[in-house]
Amino acid sequence: MKNKLIAVPLMALATTVAAQAETLNVYNWSDYIAEDTIAKFTEATGIDVNYDVYDSNEVLEAKMLAGSSGYDVVVPTSDFLQRQIMAGVYQKLDFAKLPNLKNMDQDLMAGAAGYDPGNEHSVIYMWGTTGIGYNVGKVQELLGDDAPTDSWALLFDPQYSSKLAECGISVLDAPTELLPAAMNYLGLDPQSTEKADFEKGAELLMTIRPNIRYFHSSQYISDLANGDICVSVGWSGDVFQAQARADEADNGVEIAYVIPKEGALQWFDMMAIPVDAPNPDAAHKFINFVMDAQITADITNYVWYANGNAASMPLVDEEITSDPGIFPTEEAKKNLWSSKVYGQKTDRVITGLWTKIKTGK
Amino acid sequence: MTEAVVNSKPFQWTAKFLAKFGLSGRGLVIAVPTLWLLVFFLIPFIVVLKISFAEAMIARPPYSKLIEPTDSGFAINFSFLSYQYLVEDGLYLAAYGSSLRIAFFSTLFALLIGYPMAYFIARSSGQWRNILLMLVIMPFWTSFLLRVYAWIGILKGNGYINNLLLSLGIINEPLVMMQTDFAVYVGIVYTYLPFMILPLYANLVKLDGSLLEASSDLGAKPIMTFLTITLPLSLPGILAGCMLVFIPVVGEFVIPALLGGPDTNMIGRVLWDEFFRNRDWPTASAVAIIMLLVLVLPIMLLQKAQDGQNQDKSGI
Repeated sequence: MKNKLIAVPLMALATTVAAQAETLNVYNWSDYIAEDTIAKFTEATGIDVNYDVYDSNEVLEAKMLAGSSGYDVVVPTSDFLQRQIMAGVYQKLDFAKLPNLKNMDQDLMAGAAGYDPGNEHSVIYMWGTTGIGYNVGKVQELLGDDAPTDSWALLFDPQYSSKLAECGISVLDAPTELLPAAMNYLGLDPQSTEKADFEKGAELLMTIRPNIRYFHSSQYISDLANGDICVSVGWSGDVFQAQARADEADNGVEIAYVIPKEGALQWFDMMAIPVDAPNPDAAHKFINFVMDAQITADITNYVWYANGNAASMPLVDEEITSDPGIFPTEEAKKNLWSSKVYGQKTDRVITGLWTKIKTGK
Repeated sequence: MTEAVVNSKPFQWTAKFLAKFGLSGRGLVIAVPTLWLLVFFLIPFIVVLKISFAEAMIARPPYSKLIEPTDSGFAINFSFLSYQYLVEDGLYLAAYGSSLRIAFFSTLFALLIGYPMAYFIARSSGQWRNILLMLVIMPFWTSFLLRVYAWIGILKGNGYINNLLLSLGIINEPLVMMQTDFAVYVGIVYTYLPFMILPLYANLVKLDGSLLEASSDLGAKPIMTFLTITLPLSLPGILAGCMLVFIPVVGEFVIPALLGGPDTNMIGRVLWDEFFRNRDWPTASAVAIIMLLVLVLPIMLLQKAQDGQNQDKSGI
């Protein structure tokens, strides 16, 4: 997260070095891998890894669409992946080089195939939900014991969010995740592509806009942990990282994550190989390596995101597998929705509404 | 020495060789900056201009081709859709307006802070002057990004300023300074101040002291002397400093992104949204082209101010 702006020039270096030793250029989300994964990969294969990070799908997408990014493995979220496949950005995987595919959870892979038919271009890296992270003590202090901490009302109902505004509310800077959540709260179809529905969702967000301190997709991790803000619409694992950081700092801040009872967005982050990857062979090795049961379990144990690897489940900490915020209950699963690929016109409507919401005008 | 070089055989040969291609020494000297402008300004500009007339689509690269070969030759597809968006949607106009407003006030603040500093440095004795100039330039040794991040640490809710004020009992609740326009102004004025001070200093240091003495001999108060002599004579420096601050601030992206709130709507942000969020490279290009046009006027003013300065010099 901290080095996202520095990562860009580093990449230019990475591409020039690639020609000499066997290297692999991986571009992944910030705070999204176990500390020893890369070292173990280099140890096992002798391939050096340049590991760069980003904190938004948009930044990754711009690089992919421009081409010649120099990356071998990237990890776009499912709906972005789908559009990028349409644009011809990714190469088909060579399944013969991926024996560890047998470890994957067939149900989840079938879910991901909705975005990438036949899972031809991608493999699930991690998956999660977009829900609410909150500071347990602060919320109770401001709202009392009957605070609706299991509901989107915490954010979308002004009578609650206006009180919480005092200690800070943040939301992801991701319109395609927030607007459907607002629509869902209003009882509309979160997968609707109707302009009128988006406008209703935007209207709801406008009513609570004065209560939102900022829109950002990574800063809330440290702010939640430090107690600088107390409610965040965020990605499940990121909120759990905030929780872990607060525990480490032992600063009296207790963070919890909830999949609101009204439902939440379920997304998959997918490993894929760009068509112009300099080293597709090493990229396959890396993807296969990550699909190893122990390696995936290590990553989940570190980043607290659910994985799509059935074989790794016995190796994942009990504390994580039993957490309904990470692995939702069957009941909660029914209310999860997946994201859609919108057309150019709809994208424009969404961005326009989002800018209006953010600027409060 | 120079004559020896010019008369030497290798030099003569080179000159003769180049002359065969119609190149003189003078032509070469001009060719370098011309080539530079051509490669690093004109060609990128033409590429951006070209993209602004395309249409966005899901492809790689994500826009339509302007000229497409067909069976019977070429088809040319110019689209003015991007420019149409800019005109129809009030959002863009608002963003241009807000960028110009922030740039205007930042420049004003930088001038109000920078002028006395430049004046003081110019009036200091030689040894002090060098040290003070050094202090102005020194921040450049640290990455610009790190310095902006440092401001986050100073301004945030549990940052240095709030902690100090809280511990002194001056305030009870932390002041909200981060994610506000205030933080953006602080960041911009801080970052661009040297660009204001240096041209002002260069101008003020040349100020003829005898004019000031004459003024006071004739009974003018210091304030009168400043208003009628120092200020008018430093006008080219003021203009140069203001343009050096104003022009880059209009397109500033990093400082408002890091320090500003979501309601800080500058054109750099809109450009980012168009490019990344809408994947609409043509509209992003159109936004950039219009921004360039908006800035041409101040750039021409800067040019004129510099010409004026040069004429002053040759006059003396």
